[in-house]
Amino acid sequence: MSTQVESRPEAGTEPGAVRAVADHVKGYWAEVRSGEVGALPAVAGIIALCVFFGISQPVFLSVGNLANLFGQGAAVACIAMGLVFVLVIGEIDLSAGFASGVCAAIMAVILTNWGMPWPLAIGAAIATGVVIGLLLGTLVVKLGIPSFVVTLAAFLAFQGIVLMILEEGSNITIHNETVKAVAGGNLERWQGWTLLVLTIAAYGALQMNRWRRRVARSLVHEPLAVVAARIASLGALLTATVFLLNLERSANPQIISLTGVPVVVVILGALFAVWTFVLHRTRFGRHLYAVGGNREAAVRAGVNVDRVRIAAFVICSGMAAIGGIVAASRAASVDPNTGGSNVLLLSVGAAVIGGASLFGGKGTVRAALLGGAVVAIINNGMGLMGLSAGVRFGVTGAVLLLAAGVDAMSRGRGKLFGRH
Amino acid sequence: MFLELTGLSKRFGPVEVLSDVDLAIDAGEVCALVGDNGAGKSTLVKCVAGIHAIDGGAITVDGETRTISGPRDAAALGIEVVYQDLALCDNLDVVENLFLGREKVRGMVLDDDAMEHLAAETLSSLAVRTIRNLRQPVASLSGGQRQTVAIAKAVLWNSRLVILDEPTAALGVAQTRQVLELIRRLADQGLAVLYISHNLNDVFAVADRIAALYLGRMAAVLDAADATQSQVVELITSGRSGSLGLGAADTNGARP
Repeated sequence: MSTQVESRPEAGTEPGAVRAVADHVKGYWAEVRSGEVGALPAVAGIIALCVFFGISQPVFLSVGNLANLFGQGAAVACIAMGLVFVLVIGEIDLSAGFASGVCAAIMAVILTNWGMPWPLAIGAAIATGVVIGLLLGTLVVKLGIPSFVVTLAAFLAFQGIVLMILEEGSNITIHNETVKAVAGGNLERWQGWTLLVLTIAAYGALQMNRWRRRVARSLVHEPLAVVAARIASLGALLTATVFLLNLERSANPQIISLTGVPVVVVILGALFAVWTFVLHRTRFGRHLYAVGGNREAAVRAGVNVDRVRIAAFVICSGMAAIGGIVAASRAASVDPNTGGSNVLLLSVGAAVIGGASLFGGKGTVRAALLGGAVVAIINNGMGLMGLSAGVRFGVTGAVLLLAAGVDAMSRGRGKLFGRH
Repeated sequence: MFLELTGLSKRFGPVEVLSDVDLAIDAGEVCALVGDNGAGKSTLVKCVAGIHAIDGGAITVDGETRTISGPRDAAALGIEVVYQDLALCDNLDVVENLFLGREKVRGMVLDDDAMEHLAAETLSSLAVRTIRNLRQPVASLSGGQRQTVAIAKAVLWNSRLVILDEPTAALGVAQTRQVLELIRRLADQGLAVLYISHNLNDVFAVADRIAALYLGRMAAVLDAADATQSQVVELITSGRSGSLGLGAADTNGARP
């Protein structure tokens, strides 16, 4: 297929495919072929769950519920995307849930109690997340306290801080329409279609560019058909999603019309693109994996390990802040339980179910989104089935344990231990 | 001479680990460094690699006296060390490991294709045929392949002296032979190689000269062609062999 550089296999397509780091949405095939499970368990889980809930509760497959799923899962998915960075370097952040609560509470106070404009409130919330991350990271990296302990302490402390900000448990309602639109708003139909075209065009251009560069350099590359098929299948999936979300999903269309791609989908997509780029296409991302894989090797290679580790905590807490904003927007209020309860565990679960390793060195942003989808579908579907919260917790716990078990076993076999 | 150590001394508190060590390594030769545990081999390597500061003597590179105060200084002088525990990231692939810490970028984007291209060129210049897929994680490689990656990582940077710390210690017979052949090729390409080993068969298979350390002193530096294994064993265990090696006073009567 290609002019081979010496010491290369004869025209293998797998290396090029596995290596296609820009391919984060539909790369499952390549991973299966090369024997890496990667995101496959999460994808298989999503399909199985959709079939199961679709049959037992037909309303699960309704357009309204599809839009609902995005809203329900968005906050956890945001936090999970941030957690991936901390998991990749082999640490954990147990405080991410309540960190999101603190940030949401600060936003609510600035917005509602002080009556300040929304950009200031959102900016302050994210800045708070960044400061929290700096603090946690510095304690872990410079003082050498295990991240488990630091963030467990922060978990308790942040819970207290939320209570103090909210003055012993009162809740603050959010009236600002812009902030409420983060999780509750929808794009116009034409906006959704425009965004779809731009996304597919951008993805296609990136893929083709990359393919052409590899051909020009005579590196191992995939057949053009595979690249085209990947672009086409992603395009088809996104087109179907936009089409469905653009359908009328209001119960009483005469009274209130409800159509369009939820704003929160666009936010998740943008965050996904940015963090995937950072993780796979920048030196910093490469160093994150190196620190998680073998810290000593990273030190000897001249990587500024301390800075990389602190940055991971900053990104995690920053994303927790965004998760908190989304959660507050969805509930249109902040109460002492925002970011509490099961939010953290669902977020960690989402990352691990998607394929991030608790042992470090492995994990992708895509994994967090897919795992977040699994968690959201389980909760949504079981809610529709009328199962109690107790059963839902139990099942989610079992799924998390299963995912962690797969992780531990694949690590034990060593062979599967890769970052894809 | 590429590298010359003259009167090198290093002490940790009251313990003199290296005392008055002389050693010269030329481009294109493999110099083996042998010695018993605690003889000071690792300390010597770390002094040259810039991890330990020296307490006395001088390090001369290309005829100029240099102060090597960190691994980056050593790298800037073309000195690369392949440590015993390899220092590879299991979760990164071969190319990513080779370029770790010195990634090629265009703007702020990693230039993976350029790195892969250069990695393939380097491996083929070393006549490495054992690594077929540059994009497989290092975790899936055998011990010999991992050692090959570690060595290739050291020569990727126009290095002029490669120091190998026990590169064959954990390898099987066939893999050891491959790595020894690779070491020989490094020297044939004009690099200076300092090769540390306990295994005298390996040493005699690949070395041009053999330097024996005994209790922190340089017992003798022999031409491999003129030396015998039993001579080297005596130098390692007692610091002297016949007329070679340290005087009786130096060895402190340790010889039976």
